[in-house]
Amino acid sequence: MPSKLERNAHSTGSADALARARAAVAAVVDPEIPILTLEDLGILRGVAHKDGQIVVELTPTYIGCPATFAIRLAVEAALAAAGLPEARVVTQLSPPWSTDAITETGRRKLKAFGIAPPARATGPGALFRDAEVACPHCGSTKTSKLSEFGSTACKAQWRCDACREPFDYFKCI
Amino acid sequence: MGLPTHEPRGAQLSMSAETAGRPGPAPHASAAALVPYVLGLADDALVLGHRLSEWSGRGPTLEEDIALSNLALDLIGQARLCYAYAGEIEGRGRDEDALAYWRDEHAYRNLLLLEQPNGDFAMTMVRHLLYAAFLDPYFKALSASADARLAEIGAKAAKEMAYHLRHAAEWVIRLGDGTEESRARTAAALEELWMYTGEMFEMEAGETALSAQGIAVDRGTIKPAWEATLARVLAEASLARPADRWMQRGGRAGQHSEHLGRLLAEMQVLHRAHPGASW
Repeated sequence: MPSKLERNAHSTGSADALARARAAVAAVVDPEIPILTLEDLGILRGVAHKDGQIVVELTPTYIGCPATFAIRLAVEAALAAAGLPEARVVTQLSPPWSTDAITETGRRKLKAFGIAPPARATGPGALFRDAEVACPHCGSTKTSKLSEFGSTACKAQWRCDACREPFDYFKCI
Repeated sequence: MGLPTHEPRGAQLSMSAETAGRPGPAPHASAAALVPYVLGLADDALVLGHRLSEWSGRGPTLEEDIALSNLALDLIGQARLCYAYAGEIEGRGRDEDALAYWRDEHAYRNLLLLEQPNGDFAMTMVRHLLYAAFLDPYFKALSASADARLAEIGAKAAKEMAYHLRHAAEWVIRLGDGTEESRARTAAALEELWMYTGEMFEMEAGETALSAQGIAVDRGTIKPAWEATLARVLAEASLARPADRWMQRGGRAGQHSEHLGRLLAEMQVLHRAHPGASW
């Protein structure tokens, strides 16, 4: 007689269901930067079977990011659309998300969209040191910060001193 | 508020969540000290977050308006995590909304510094510098807490507080080193708020016990980092560190200035008039 776990796994189509869940969730886009999928952004921590249920683990970018709830709803909707309404979405804080979790594809997409991708493995850094940020339009590193805080929690406002275009910088965290 | 951050509500209210592998303090025997401690962290974040949100739409420039709202969001996010956790350990069915909206000022445990009115922009930035210079190293230390939930909250929040500290420090330098007017206002803010800084380093008996268990951070150990940051920023701003003197206290014990009641009245009225309302 199959265990409870195996029965449940069968009821959701086991491996096939897991693959469908993964695909559905990975394609959900960030509501504030809709060129990035959750996978690009690196906030999808895992899709797995746990206690006979599909569990999707997400991590927030910023604690107070208002998009976190919208993302959770979008993930639940995507799972329901994939025929997996019983899948569960949980939030995982640890280890904290870092901009280093943004994939290479994600970084390319950001740049093409006009958002300078974050410098790597720096974090906010020292009290008064800014990373060197290249203009996503012309590539010049002659740029200056207008404000540490931008249209969303994760972005800062910068300006290119070469081509004079303002741009968003995805700041390191 | 009102959004589940970890688990569905049912799970938050029962200790069985522990068996699901979710981090938390092993025995909740320490709940008697842990609940007020975590509530203090939550109230600090919510009260300052609400104060900063009062700037929304009124910032001195568009960029700064956006910055202040972003800072407020971070703090309200910290508050939510801490309230949710406090409610779980307490085990009386109070969720983050109940704790934020249904406690009166005497039950609030925030530091007096954080409930002080925004005043002018210099006052807001000096208040933020005084607190962020403390909270940034505090959260870094909390990330090593023996309590896994507090450790992860600390690790997450420390990353954000580093930006708060930098932003406030840059402004205090610009204002102190700016015009005669901006310098006078910044110096006056520093003088006025200094008497609220002592409370940041005070430990209650329960907190001291938690610190001995490696759960809470000994606030005294944060003082050297706080002093060093302030010394550096004030030197660049060509402002003098006020002399230590008699310090205000009582926030942790629910003894607040008249300002908190007004803040809470505005923050809580809608929820109390329409309990459970959402949009």
